[in-house]
Parts: sequence; structure tokens; C-alpha cells
Amino acid sequence: MSNAVMEPGTLVQEPEAHNPVEPFLRMERIPHIWCPGCGIGTTVNCFARALMNAGLNTDKVAVVSGIGCSGRVAGYVNLDSFHTTHGRAIPFATGLKLANPELTVVVYSGDGDLASIGGNHLIHAARRNLDIKVICVNNLVYAMTGGQTAATTPVSSTTATSPYGTFEPTLNLPQLLEAAGATYIARWTTYHVKQLEKAMTEALKHKGFSFVEVLSPCPTLFQRRNHLGDGLATMKFYKEHSQTKHGASTADTGLTKEGDIVVGKFVVKEREEYIEGMTRHFTEHLGRPFEFKVRTC
Amino acid sequence: MHADPGAVLTGVHFLNGDQACCEGALAAGARFAAGYPITPSTEIVERFASRAPEVGGVFIQMEDELAASITLQGAVWAGARAFTVTSGPGFSLMMEHLGYAVMTETPCVFVNVMRGGPSTGLPTLPAQGDVMQARWGSHGDYEIIAVCPNSPQECFDLTVRAFNLSERYRVPVMVLMDECVGHMTEKVVIPPAEQIEVQPRRLTAKKPGDYLPYEPEEDLVPALAHAGEGYRYHITGVTHDEAGRLGVNAAAQDKLVRRLCEKVRRASEDLASYELEGPDDADVAVVSYGITSRVAERAVRLAREQGLRVAKLRLLTIWPFADSAIRDLAARVKTIVVPELNLGQLVREVERAAAGQARVIPVSHAGGTVHRPEDILSAILEGVQ
Amino acid sequence: MAKGFVKIVAERCKGCGFCVEFCPTHVLALSSAFNQKGYHPPYVSEAEKCSGCDLCGMYCPDFAIFGKRYPVGGTHAR
Ligand SMILES: Cc1ncc(C[n+]2csc(CCOP(=O)(O)OP(=O)(O)O)c2C)c(N)n1
Ligand code: SF4
Ligand code: SF4
Ligand code: SF4
Ligand SMILES: [Mg+2]
Repeated sequence: MSNAVMEPGTLVQEPEAHNPVEPFLRMERIPHIWCPGCGIGTTVNCFARALMNAGLNTDKVAVVSGIGCSGRVAGYVNLDSFHTTHGRAIPFATGLKLANPELTVVVYSGDGDLASIGGNHLIHAARRNLDIKVICVNNLVYAMTGGQTAATTPVSSTTATSPYGTFEPTLNLPQLLEAAGATYIARWTTYHVKQLEKAMTEALKHKGFSFVEVLSPCPTLFQRRNHLGDGLATMKFYKEHSQTKHGASTADTGLTKEGDIVVGKFVVKEREEYIEGMTRHFTEHLGRPFEFKVRTC
Repeated sequence: MHADPGAVLTGVHFLNGDQACCEGALAAGARFAAGYPITPSTEIVERFASRAPEVGGVFIQMEDELAASITLQGAVWAGARAFTVTSGPGFSLMMEHLGYAVMTETPCVFVNVMRGGPSTGLPTLPAQGDVMQARWGSHGDYEIIAVCPNSPQECFDLTVRAFNLSERYRVPVMVLMDECVGHMTEKVVIPPAEQIEVQPRRLTAKKPGDYLPYEPEEDLVPALAHAGEGYRYHITGVTHDEAGRLGVNAAAQDKLVRRLCEKVRRASEDLASYELEGPDDADVAVVSYGITSRVAERAVRLAREQGLRVAKLRLLTIWPFADSAIRDLAARVKTIVVPELNLGQLVREVERAAAGQARVIPVSHAGGTVHRPEDILSAILEGVQ
Repeated sequence: MAKGFVKIVAERCKGCGFCVEFCPTHVLALSSAFNQKGYHPPYVSEAEKCSGCDLCGMYCPDFAIFGKRYPVGGTHAR
């Protein structure tokens, strides 16, 4: 740090102390590509802490991303990580998990990636209740490509491809996921760091398809274009306009451009997990325990 | 390394090509298949679905081919040998992930039982219209391997070979079957497991920390490490350096894409596999592949009965193309006849390799059925003049 | 007496202000000076109020700041 920024009152203590999230990051790749005031990095902090809380052997945790600003998370986490194709992180994760059920498989990607182009996979993975954890960074837009309309963009927002405002109805992700069969569904914003950390921890521990939606500012391509201020203004908006309603009906979790945001843990259910179901089913069929012998290499 | 006897159906069987392909995959060690039903390929995964539980394998029917073609790659990175199976429209949907497998050097097998196209085309009838798609269907520059059986026996043999090549070179390998080959039932001899050679995965001997996921070995192929073993690597379809760091610039692109192509180009001669038969002083040669080679066989017999000197060359590997075999052939015959169930695809490669040394006559056919031997025969007759 | 301290890696900061805004005890302020990337990083204006709760660290999208508690009963003096 240059002296120019050291103002009176600064105390540098324990100079050897390190940020507790550093072991979870590929520090040699930092600074990252995300813009000032982008919320993606904040979600990564919560994820790193969730990994610590969950007490997992991180050698056995893999992160799978699609394409997008949020899809870059895979590149920064110090774990086995896969940066796949746009929309297809979930099917890749499905193969990874099925071939080695010991792995904790986390899909970390954007709203466009997971719910627009990848919507079909999202639905079917939830239906199967495969034990993967999906973290969806919802910035309401296709950011990486320049701020175009996504299925999650609220009505009447201005985007690069909706210069006169969006008129298509907006996808309500918790409702979609509940209908499809996800067994853990929570939504928070990047303002709710503690709650998000807790939700991610719970998702990591939950057995079954888990979905954590995080509303996150994209000041560069969403808020600015919609005269909603910068990243900090968006964070303050989240603070003032979020209503925590655990167990809320997901019919009531739809998002509008400037309306209140329902946050909380909406769904936690017990339902037979996909691999458990497969094992039970084939054990019955074979009349002897079904053993995974997929890893032949 | 040899096949696992637990999954090899050693013996003499009466199988169709699709079933034989499935047995080949099992013999090669595949215990993971992801698919989406489409005629005429579905019998392969139907059989796999019934065989998999017995051998601890997994079949998952995905929601579409976009999913299937990357689910199998996830399985590979977790340690499986994996494949997917499709036809025409599904093959089109898989193209992006064929490219992903090329870029990430994921060893895996894509089986395409070819039917007539474009679009829905002829769902239940043969064609060979996908041979160029197999070569060039995904965007960008790359080299690829594709094999093309002409009998159920070869569906078994070449599927094993496809898996072995994919592991050896870390490229996706395609098995291009014709609808008729997939649905034809014939004797298939499955050898004892210890006679089936299985190429082991090229796993790194390095420790985490020393390992770079894209550091090539001498033959330009990098060694692989599986997820969950502490390597903490980054695998990406973006142009990357040896460490897997993104390199979105011309220098990184040049280095990576050249290596990806070169590792296959270097091995072209080893990969090319063909059968050549006929007199040294032949006037005409018929070059064919897949089901068309069986019709060509009859045409060649008819021509020989008329006293003509005719050779035949059948391609078992169609990509990389057998350039030198065709070049040598063109140097010694007047004419090369190329029947295919399309309006002229591989014939262009034959023309390129022949480089004007021999006349090249295509015998095109839009598909839906196979050629009439007489049509190939008349091209041979034309070729001797 | 401060219960904790905060460490700032100013060159990593992109000046978003999240840490300043959401520090529960208002320990931080944005500097008027620039770092090398041209952003205004935070500085510690009220060190004795810092609890070391690390909320600033959780908010920081750029991993540029974090807080740490002093060990209980330990000394905070350098
Ligand atoms: C098949 C395909 N179509 C389109 C694109 C271009 N593309 C890249 S990222 C992206 C949108 C990403 O949006 P989202 O998932 O919301 O991520 P964000 O950048 O907003 O974090 C698109 C359309 C692509 N890479 N691949
Ligand atoms: S464009 Fe938006 S989402 Fe992408 S890094 Fe910038 S602020 Fe974040
Ligand atoms: S550690 Fe807590 S109290 Fe100290 S500066 Fe950070 S947020 Fe404020
Ligand atoms: S939160 Fe981080 S990036 Fe933002 S002002 Fe504070 S230190 Fe800088
Ligand atoms: Mg987005």
C-alpha cells in the first residue's frame, strides 16, 4: 500500500495476518475480472466461509461453472474446478457426481446460464433430486455479453436488447425450483452475507438438490442502465427492501424492478436422493447390493 | 491392460450392430453412458441400460443431447470411461460439446448411427451425410478421430478401438455407424477378456503442486488427473495455458490450437486404418466406407467377372483421412470410384489426396436405401475407359 | 480498547464502499487518496471501535480487507 492512502488513525497490526478466505482462492489469479461494486466476489466470501463451516475435505469438493461473469467463479476457487459451456454446468456436474458420489459437487453460475439457456437442465436435476448444490448469482441480466435481457430480468427494465424496456414476464426461480422438486431452496442478496453464508453451509450439508439464489448487483450493466445507482446503492436497496420470510410460499417470491424482495429459506424437504434411489432400485432388481463401479480408469 | 472379464460377453453371438457397439463399449471399460433416445441409435443405450446394473455401471437418460454430450465428460473427469450415443438431429445438438472435449482434451466416445438428413430427414433409413459434420461440425480449428464399421463384428471391434484411441490421444472419438449397420444382425465373436487390449488412461504420476493439467508430454498429449484427488486444477474451454489459466490472446491460441491439432496430425499414419485388396495393376479402385463398402464389394465382384482389373480400398478410420493410402493408390490406377450415401462428401477428400494423379468419379446417392451395385459397376466401367 | 483490528490491502481495493457502509461500528472511511488503479481505498478512522468481526471482509468483493479479533485476554498493543 502506498503511503498516499494512509490517513491519520490507520493502525496496521499483525502485518502477517491473512484474509481467512485466501486458502480457498487462487490468489495468484487475484485481482479478478469483476467490476467495482459487483457482488459476485461477495458471494465467494460467503462460499469460502460456508466451506469452512461445513467441515468438508476440500480435496473432495468440485466447483462447476457455466459461462458468464458469475461463471468465472470456478477460475478463482482453489478447488478442482470446471469452466464448462454456457448453460451446461448442471449436466457436467451430474456426470461428475454420478461417477464419483463421494464428491461434493457445487454448480456456481449466473441466472442466464442456469435458468435461461440451462433452464431445462435445472428443472431435470431438481426433479431427480441429485445431490448437487446450485448457487445462482442472479444479477437480473446477461452481464458478460453486455447486459442483455434474461429470463430473470424484471419487467420494465432497460437492457441492451430491450432499449424500450422489457415486457416479457419474469421467471420466479424459487417457484420454478419448487415445482421441479428441489429439496432445499433459499434466496438472499449480497447484503445478507451472514444469512447467505448460513444458507450455503446448509446447502453443502443437505442431501439432495439444493438451490441458493443470490441477488447480486451488476452496477455496470444493469443498475447503471436503469438509473438505480452503483453497487453500494444496490446494496442499500437490498437492505431496505428485503423482507425475510422463511417458509414463504414460492408463489410470492417473484421479483420486480423496484419492489420488495422476499428472502429467506423457502423449502427444506426430505425426499429420496437420486443416487440413493438408484442404489435402492438396482439392489432390489439384482437381489444383491448394487455397487458403483463406474470409475474404471 | 486387458478388459475386465466381468463385463466381456466372450463367445459367439448373433447381434445387431447397435448391440455389438454396446458390448464393445463394455469390453473397453465403459461403465457410464448418458444418452437421449433417437432412432436408429437407441438400441445401444437400451442394451447398456439393461447391462449396466450387473457390472456396477450407470446409464442416465438426460433431458436432451446437449446435456448427454457433456454429462459424459463430467463422468470422465471423475474417473469413468464414458460414451454417448445419438443420430442425426442429436448429433447436431452435441457439436458444441464435441468441441469442449477437444479443447479440454477429455477422452470420450460419441457414437453416431447415421440416418438421412437434413433435419428430421429419414429417421429410420440410412445415409452417410454426417461424415463432414463429424470432421468439421464444431466451431473452430481442430483435428478429430472417427471410425466407421461395416458389420456388427466391426461395431464391436471399432468401438473398443475408439475408446482406446480416445485415451491414447485424449480426443473425443466418433464411431460413425450407418443405420443399416446398426440394425443388421450377424455373427459377432467376442474374444476372451485377456485378448482385448484396453488402453489405460494417461494419469499423471506427478503430485499435486507439481502437476499442470495441460503440460504436454513428448507426444504432445498431457497426462490427466481426476477430480477429488487433491490436484485442484482448473479445466476450461477457454483458450488456456498449461496451468489452465485463461489466455484470451493470439499467442496462447496459437500455442494451444496448434498443439491440439498437431498431436493428432502427427499420429495420422498410425491412426489411419483401411483395407486394400486387388491386383497391383488395377485400372480402377473403389474407395468406400461403412455399409457402402458392402455394396461396392458386389460391384467389384461383378466387374472382375467381366475381366476388369479392379482394386478396392475400404476406410475403417475416416478421420484423420488416409491421405497417403489414397495418394499411393492414385499413383497406380487410372480412376478412383467413390460411392457414398450422400451427394459427394468424402469424395472431395479423395480428390484432394489424389491430387490429379487419377480421375475421381463419385457415385452419389441421397440415402434412404443403399446403392444399387449396378450403379457402382457402371462407374467402374466408365473408369476403365 | 479495540477488540480486534482490520487489515487493508489497498492495491486490491476497487473503492466500492461496501466495507465502509456496512461496518457495524463505523471504523472505516474512504480515503481521498487514490490507489494505483485509481480507486479510493478505505482507511481505519476509528481503530479503537473495531471488534474484528470481519464483516468488512465478508462484504469486500475484492478480498481487499478483513478483520480479526484479538485473542481473548491477549493484548492488542503492537
Ligand atoms: C452457446 C452460447 N450462447 C451464447 C453465449 C454468450 N454468452 C456468454 S455469457 C452469456 C450470458 C451470461 O449470463 P449469466 O449467466 O446471467 O451470467 P452473468 O454474466 O450475468 O454473471 C452469454 C449469452 C455463449 N458463450 N455460448
Ligand atoms: S459486468 Fe456486471 S456482473 Fe459482470 S463483473 Fe461487471 S458488475 Fe459484475
Ligand atoms: S472487522 Fe468489523 S468492526 Fe472491524 S472494520 Fe471490519 S467490519 Fe468494522
Ligand atoms: S469493500 Fe473492498 S473493494 Fe470495496 S471499498 Fe472496501 S476494501 Fe475496497
Ligand atoms: Mg446474470
